[in-house]
Amino acid sequence: MTPVDTTTPTAEKLALEIKDLNFFYGSFQGLKDINLGIAEKKVTAFIGPSGCGKSTLLRTLNRMYSLYPGQRAEGEIKFYGQNILDARQDLNLLRSRIGMVFQKPTPFPMSIYDNVAFGVRLYEKLSSSDMDDRVEWSLRKAAIWEEAKDKLSQSGLSLSGGQQQRLCIARSVAIKPSVLLLDEPTSALDPISTAKVEELINELKQDYTIAIVTHNMQQAARVSDYTAYMYLGELVEFGDTEQLFFKPKRSETEDYITGRFG
Amino acid sequence: MIEHKINKAIYAKRRRSNSIGITLSMLAMAIGLMALFWILGVLLYKGLDAISWSMFVESTPAPGSPGGLANAIVGSLLMVAACTLVSTPIGILAGIYLSEYGHDSKFAALTRFVTDIMLSAPSIVIGLFVYALVVVPMGNFSGWAGSIALGLIALPVVVRTTENMLRLVPSPLREAATALGAPKWKVSTAVVLRASSSGVVTGILLAIARVSGETAPLLFTALSNQFMSTDMGTPVASLPVVIYQFAMSPYDDWVSLAWGGALLITFAVLAINVVARVVFRDKSKG
Repeated sequence: MTPVDTTTPTAEKLALEIKDLNFFYGSFQGLKDINLGIAEKKVTAFIGPSGCGKSTLLRTLNRMYSLYPGQRAEGEIKFYGQNILDARQDLNLLRSRIGMVFQKPTPFPMSIYDNVAFGVRLYEKLSSSDMDDRVEWSLRKAAIWEEAKDKLSQSGLSLSGGQQQRLCIARSVAIKPSVLLLDEPTSALDPISTAKVEELINELKQDYTIAIVTHNMQQAARVSDYTAYMYLGELVEFGDTEQLFFKPKRSETEDYITGRFG
Repeated sequence: MIEHKINKAIYAKRRRSNSIGITLSMLAMAIGLMALFWILGVLLYKGLDAISWSMFVESTPAPGSPGGLANAIVGSLLMVAACTLVSTPIGILAGIYLSEYGHDSKFAALTRFVTDIMLSAPSIVIGLFVYALVVVPMGNFSGWAGSIALGLIALPVVVRTTENMLRLVPSPLREAATALGAPKWKVSTAVVLRASSSGVVTGILLAIARVSGETAPLLFTALSNQFMSTDMGTPVASLPVVIYQFAMSPYDDWVSLAWGGALLITFAVLAINVVARVVFRDKSKG
């Protein structure tokens, strides 16, 4: 099928430009001819039923799939003009520019402070007072400073699930990436923590380009500027969030968002 | 309402087989526990007399004169320490290779296979191997040779427990560290190994417990020494070998010392096992 309106947002500056992307898990094709642009400093949401390829798409954007032999992508993903699918792409450097937060909170088995400092130490040599500032700045960005400031030396595992997830966001923000990929960041959280993370996404988009995969359509409608609906590895519809939710151009999209399907 | 019929005969039969099963398994447990407590009881009964201050400070005596096991205790500590210092880093690195790098490659499969063979190799064979490879060319028995033999026994234990513990670390944790731009070696050491550190330490402790009771590989590598020696280039006494020599002797005081040594080594191993379990329990609590 021909996706509708795949080239939007044309008016925006694009941080990532996906061209004719095909993705394979061994012989199984997980993504089919994806064409899509992710606008700079906007939130782009990916929705669709389980197995539609939205997480797969997200994992191509920081080449996370390269960890696993047998998974491969074909096509082009341009990150400010540079094709990141190129075999010569330095993956560690790429991932320091395109951060990722996962479905389940994954604090490292170290103190809250070291959780945040871990990524920074990989790429920057900061004096200890500069590092203190960076840790505080990141924790503030992730709206967890007030809860964590008195126990920075405690294990990251001692926090609650919602706090752990915000710590993981702080950790990603700390290395000052340009893009943040959020893979169902609230699906393991309670409603209050979810609201906090959503608020955070609104804050963060002032400085970062954000791509979020979510199962929760209301969440996509609340936080995103652009939404992509995917089904069976194909991009069905992509456009302005308001337009996609209120005036979808394709009947498949309408069926999904109105709950008749999915 | 669904009619509820019970065939009384079938039900009674199942209850009967249930109680027979439970009785049999309780009996098996009792036999197992009895053997353990019997051994501990005899050890305490016969060994407690020999435990004294002089056992820890005096060296093995000539028959009929007073003495202790100090040379054997020191020798055992030295050889087990040297074995641990060498086999732990190698074992951990090999475990990291198997879990993080080798995965299902042919080389990893081969390493795993060989490690499993070493794990079940009779320790006397390892002793013989070290005798031929180290003792014969060097021309004398030595503490180093004993350490090497013990190390070869400890190594596969450390390799496999490290690998298994690292494999328990969920892959999202690896992905999370990778997503921050951390290179693979950094992910493996700073995050994955750290997340499983208490499990890895448990493996090391169990390996130490295993080798500290080994006798056969020391018989023709470290041999034994009647006197206190901390020179690892010469024959060194060890608790298991001294127990073996003294327990077989016709002298009552030697036999008594052997029981004391056996009690000591048993409780040391027991203590290491308990520590290992406590370490691991703390880990599982998160």
